[in-house]
Amino acid sequence: MLTTESQKKIDREIAKYPDGQQQSAVMAALAIAQEEQGWLSSEAIEAVANYLGMAPIAAYEVASFYTMYDLKPVGKYKLTVCTNLPCMLSGAVDAGEYLKQKLGIGYDETTADGKFTLKQGECMGACGDAPVMLLNNRRMCSSMLPEQIDKLLSELE
Amino acid sequence: MAILGALNPMLTVGLDAASDSAWRLDAYVKRGGYAALKKILAEKTPPEQVTAEVKKSFLRGRGGAGFPTGLKWSFMPKAYAGDKYVVCNSDEGEPGTFKDRDLLLFNPHSVIEGMIIAGYAMGAGCGYNYIHGEVWAVYTRFEEALAEAAAAGLLGKNILGSGFDFQLFAHHGYGAYICGEETALLESIEGKKGQPRYKPPFPASFGLYGKPTTINNTETFAAVPFIINMGGDAYLETGKPNNGGTKLFSVSGHVNKPGNYEVPLGTPFSTLLEMAGGMRGGRQLKACIPGGSSAPVLPGTIMMDCTMDYDSIAKAGSMLGSGAVIVMDETTCMVKALERLSYFYYEESCGQCTPCREGTNWMYRIISRIEHAQGRPDDLDLLTSMTPNIMGRTICALGDAAAMPVQSFVKHFRDEFAYHIENKKCLVPPDVQRAGSGFFKATV
Amino acid sequence: MLDIEIDGKATQVAPGSTIMDAAELVGAYIPHFCYHKKLTIAANCRMCLVQVEKAPKPMPACATPVTNGMKVFTHSQLAVDAQKGVMEFLLINHPLDCPICDQGGECQLQDLAVGYGGSASRFQEAKRVVFQKDVGPLISMQEMTRCIHCTRCVRFGQEVAGVMELGMANRNMHSEIQTFVGRTVDSELSGNMIDLCPVGALTSKPFRYSARSWELSRRKSVSPHDSLGSNLTVQVKLDRVMRVLPRENEEVNECWISDKDRFSYQGLNSPERLQRPMIRVDGALREVEWTVALDYVAHALKDIARTHSGEAIAALGSPHATLEELFLLQKLTHGMGSGSVDFRPRRRDFSADGKRAGTPWLGLKLAEIKDLDAALVVGSFLRKDHPLFAQRLRQLAKGSATQKAGRVSLISVTGDDPLIKLHAHLTVAPADLAAALAGVVKAVAQLKGAGVPAGLENCEISENSQAIAGSLVGGETGEKRRAIFLGNVADQSAQAGALHALAAELARLTGATLGFIGEAANSVGGYVAKALPTALNAYEMFAQPRQAYVLLGVEPELDCHNPQQAVAALKQAALVVMLTPFASDAMKAYADVLLPTAPFSETSGSFVNCEGRLQSFKGVCRPLGDARPAWKVLRVLGNLLDLPGFAYDSSEQIRDEIVPQGTDFVGGLDNGVGGLALATGGERPALQRIAEVPIYSSDPLVRRAPALQQTADAAAPTARICAATLAQLGIADGAAVRVTQGQGTALLTARADASVPPGCVRVAAAHATTAALGEMFGPINVERA
Ligand SMILES: Cc1cc2nc3c(=O)[nH]c(=O)nc-3n(C[C@H](O)[C@H](O)[C@H](O)COP(=O)(O)O)c2cc1C
Ligand code: SF4
Ligand code: FES
Repeated sequence: MLTTESQKKIDREIAKYPDGQQQSAVMAALAIAQEEQGWLSSEAIEAVANYLGMAPIAAYEVASFYTMYDLKPVGKYKLTVCTNLPCMLSGAVDAGEYLKQKLGIGYDETTADGKFTLKQGECMGACGDAPVMLLNNRRMCSSMLPEQIDKLLSELE
Repeated sequence: MAILGALNPMLTVGLDAASDSAWRLDAYVKRGGYAALKKILAEKTPPEQVTAEVKKSFLRGRGGAGFPTGLKWSFMPKAYAGDKYVVCNSDEGEPGTFKDRDLLLFNPHSVIEGMIIAGYAMGAGCGYNYIHGEVWAVYTRFEEALAEAAAAGLLGKNILGSGFDFQLFAHHGYGAYICGEETALLESIEGKKGQPRYKPPFPASFGLYGKPTTINNTETFAAVPFIINMGGDAYLETGKPNNGGTKLFSVSGHVNKPGNYEVPLGTPFSTLLEMAGGMRGGRQLKACIPGGSSAPVLPGTIMMDCTMDYDSIAKAGSMLGSGAVIVMDETTCMVKALERLSYFYYEESCGQCTPCREGTNWMYRIISRIEHAQGRPDDLDLLTSMTPNIMGRTICALGDAAAMPVQSFVKHFRDEFAYHIENKKCLVPPDVQRAGSGFFKATV
Repeated sequence: MLDIEIDGKATQVAPGSTIMDAAELVGAYIPHFCYHKKLTIAANCRMCLVQVEKAPKPMPACATPVTNGMKVFTHSQLAVDAQKGVMEFLLINHPLDCPICDQGGECQLQDLAVGYGGSASRFQEAKRVVFQKDVGPLISMQEMTRCIHCTRCVRFGQEVAGVMELGMANRNMHSEIQTFVGRTVDSELSGNMIDLCPVGALTSKPFRYSARSWELSRRKSVSPHDSLGSNLTVQVKLDRVMRVLPRENEEVNECWISDKDRFSYQGLNSPERLQRPMIRVDGALREVEWTVALDYVAHALKDIARTHSGEAIAALGSPHATLEELFLLQKLTHGMGSGSVDFRPRRRDFSADGKRAGTPWLGLKLAEIKDLDAALVVGSFLRKDHPLFAQRLRQLAKGSATQKAGRVSLISVTGDDPLIKLHAHLTVAPADLAAALAGVVKAVAQLKGAGVPAGLENCEISENSQAIAGSLVGGETGEKRRAIFLGNVADQSAQAGALHALAAELARLTGATLGFIGEAANSVGGYVAKALPTALNAYEMFAQPRQAYVLLGVEPELDCHNPQQAVAALKQAALVVMLTPFASDAMKAYADVLLPTAPFSETSGSFVNCEGRLQSFKGVCRPLGDARPAWKVLRVLGNLLDLPGFAYDSSEQIRDEIVPQGTDFVGGLDNGVGGLALATGGERPALQRIAEVPIYSSDPLVRRAPALQQTADAAAPTARICAATLAQLGIADGAAVRVTQGQGTALLTARADASVPPGCVRVAAAHATTAALGEMFGPINVERA
């Protein structure tokens, strides 16, 4: 289930914690599994749980608690728009509406071609650059006014 | 870069916005970095003396509660035989706050140095920095900085030949505001859901893996080297009594230049507002949340009289919190603003305590129906009588954090809420709200 | 000690106590949901908020440590307001449909809502709906909307059952109790979560909607299953057992019972219940009146004793039979001139008989387990054989804030996980059990600087035996307690005597206590009742076929060590009399007389549990049909046979003849054994069978409990073999195989199983599909079918 590449990455995380505390690596391991497979299937969660020697339901608790894990398949590009108050004051709600129109989908939906998924997010700790969005959990996109949104979408093939 | 200005800076001194190497070890050392650590190790300063210096500085925790850092350090058991931990709270998720991100991005070694010194002072051999999941670039950069420090013999076994060992690792979050609460953060490092623990026992006696642990905010640790270098007294003097040092303020919302500003504690709010470029479009300050979304909102007039320090803001009826200043002008609908905040607290409640789990959702639904023209005449009374049943009745302070905005918004802007309920529409017309947000280049 | 005052009542508590502990001491009730004395503190329901002098906010009583001089008010305005506030939040999303809720009438939320709830709800939104889940045949999670998120069930799994099967997924008000993606709950202690659930979210699937709690009468009883003797409350409606719940007894079962104790009552109403006496007439079994049946039995037995001899008659009782029944059975057998009576059908080696210093027992009280410094269990499927005994060891291994952890080790014949944090786990083939234990004895002797005991010179010491030896030798203080427990496999093994002798030697060397966990409810009681052979024992009576058999509560094809041999002997006998609550087709094939007797719920009697505790109980309902208590049947038989000493009016009278009146613990308990040489065991067959008795196959009652028979633990037996042995046999994982012992075969599926030692085949006993096979740990043959 987990590629040797992913296992190596997980091993590196496990090494950060004291002996017998490998469960501490579960968040990283789930993130690694999600990166490898695009989303977290039950099989992937169970594989992580077994790899770390924890109960599958304990790993599931973690996977379902933190919002950046996707327990359902998402598009190739997942765009999470922060709509919290500071961003909202600087146009985040409008940015979200603009994206919805351009992509023809609502929040928590994926375009028919499987390319884009749109999500609404909570404060990302980047309010000074509002409106902000997060691309595939990794890339923070700042000051997303219409021109920047157009530019980003044209970049993502 | 969003560190845009400073008065008498410390944390941000010498940071070159344009350079992509200013964060590196050699640049940090050139700025005088690691001198404090080297001094302590070379002089074999007794650990208690390090803590005493921090006490003198009146450094207060920058994570939100403003608890005196030196005092917190002194709670760690000295003669404890097993492992002890130092944990850095970089899970910056409080809406409006984005200072730790920049501190870690542009000055990561100041945090590393602060944590090593803390480890030395408290006899802890291992540390973790818990980094907000959404700011992934910060996590990768911090790991790079750790590698640099380890390569230079500043981390690991026998640091700089002193016999002192200290390991430091980065742990990332993955989307949960509650992990900013220190015991939820510990649970999260242990590989569990981030659900806060009941205290007592406090982390100093039962922390990470059940071992004595001290948790401080990123900015708190970053201040430590300066205290050691300049001495606690001098540090205190940079601020004002009981409020030592400088502080990073994250200014967001309706200002011309949102960003981080480092100013001495006690700086007038008006000065900070000016540094942030003043009000967007020259509009009026309607309201301000001075310390992150959990802090009670203050009307603009009251805010303009405040200085930016723990005591002044508390006196005005709010909290300095994490230093996140959310500025709102007259284009803001206070009902909509509160609706969004209460949605946040409902969404982010960890779900264990009854009043928080059920109450945050209930509050959100009441406010949401007021915003969406479904409000009922007794809704405001319902809100004011229900919120005290959440405050102080939960394991962690998220319950309070969720209730305080509701209480303060309704208190200071009751008329606006009443208008909504009665007239089924906003006092501030929607197009004015939109224009104020500045997304489309419209003006009011 | 700390001084504390609660609502004006002063008391003293030990440091570390919480306000809740103190309140219990002074008898003040503080409302609560998440708090449970046996679970860790979660403090999440917030119902227990009380006012503490000088504290600005109300404090949760369950989690707040007492400080000296503390003053607590549980009914002050502040406290009551806080409690009412919490209650309002608890109720806003609760269905409030008590009249149609299965928990109605026994719901903590309902009870407290009466005291603390408002009269009308201020919550006018649509309520949350939580989808139901299917988690197997025992627990219903149909009504999860009722859940109040107290996490008692989750903590029970983690802390008591030792396996986390339920978790709380998601967060905020969408938090949901669930298993991992549709899995079933398989723990053998799972039913306790139903009791722990303070609302009607987790309910008993077999019981659901079969009765309302106030229609049930509650009667005390004792579990007839394993040797723990769990105390039960049996709930009865119209002479039918509707539900079984734990009756708290801190010294025995604490507040728990196993799923076997809880759900096997369903078997009481099995369609296989025998309701009228039957006699074989012209080859077919016919229903007859009791008088006819008993006359027939008396005459037939007399006939056989006269034409052959008394020794042509053998009697076998079940270790699940009552003390009184076993006593009368042996009296009757001896009265007819036979010494062939026994109550240990699964035993193979009787070499310790006649050499025991007394009645074998646990060696200590159950409540003393927590004080052990180290424990070694030899030959046990611990969790499945003794769920609650295993639970006590689990707590011991874990330790707690107030209790130091002890080191628990296991020598077993499979690698099954006992869900106990083990110090060392040694897994060997059954034939090597004695050698493995001998290794520990030798290692201890060496550690102690004593000479290697005679007979053990050549035995090897593995790393694990060394580790176990280390834990048993321990701190040398002599005060610390250590114990060695022999389990069911050790008792059933062909090396039972050797294991007993070795364990006794180990106990002598280490100063540890030696104990037998005991297989069944009356494994100790049978010795007390002297249901023991002076001629043929339980194995020999079938190996050397008799003319007549009297069987009490046993199903030989499922309950005997060698069912093949037992059934062959029964088939050739002139007379087979069975006193039994049930009659299966298999039994009807060889029985000549079937006498319907009452199960534990319909008769009075006593069990002596593993620690020697005598527990008497009364029937909780009338016998079904014409069934009669077995002691009465045996009494009448005794009378009809003109035997002296069968004039009893009550089971209590019989009991008082066996043990002195007022006995709580029976006398004569002694695990000493003399005259058994230390040996390391016998021949090892090319392929050896490992026959566990599956948890839900262990006795006639549980075998007939439908819900338990649908659990994962009741899955049909397979032939489980380790990968290396499978390869040697040229058999693929999943292949159909023919398993043979002697004349008997079984068609099974081969399964690769790393927990089985090489050279062994794990094929369960006590199951219809394997009843044709032979010895539990005998040689076995496996070939592709
Ligand atoms: C709901 C909640 C969220 C919090 N979020 C943060 C946070 O994002 N960063 C932080 O440093 N402290 C946060 N805190 C405060 C921490 O619990 C803790 O007090 C702080 O990290 C201690 O560090 P300090 O003494 O240096 O301020 C939060 C507290 C609560 C109750
Ligand atoms: S107050 Fe809310 S977030 Fe904090 S522990 Fe309780 S339920 Fe969780
Ligand atoms: S019983 Fe104390 S919080 Fe639940």
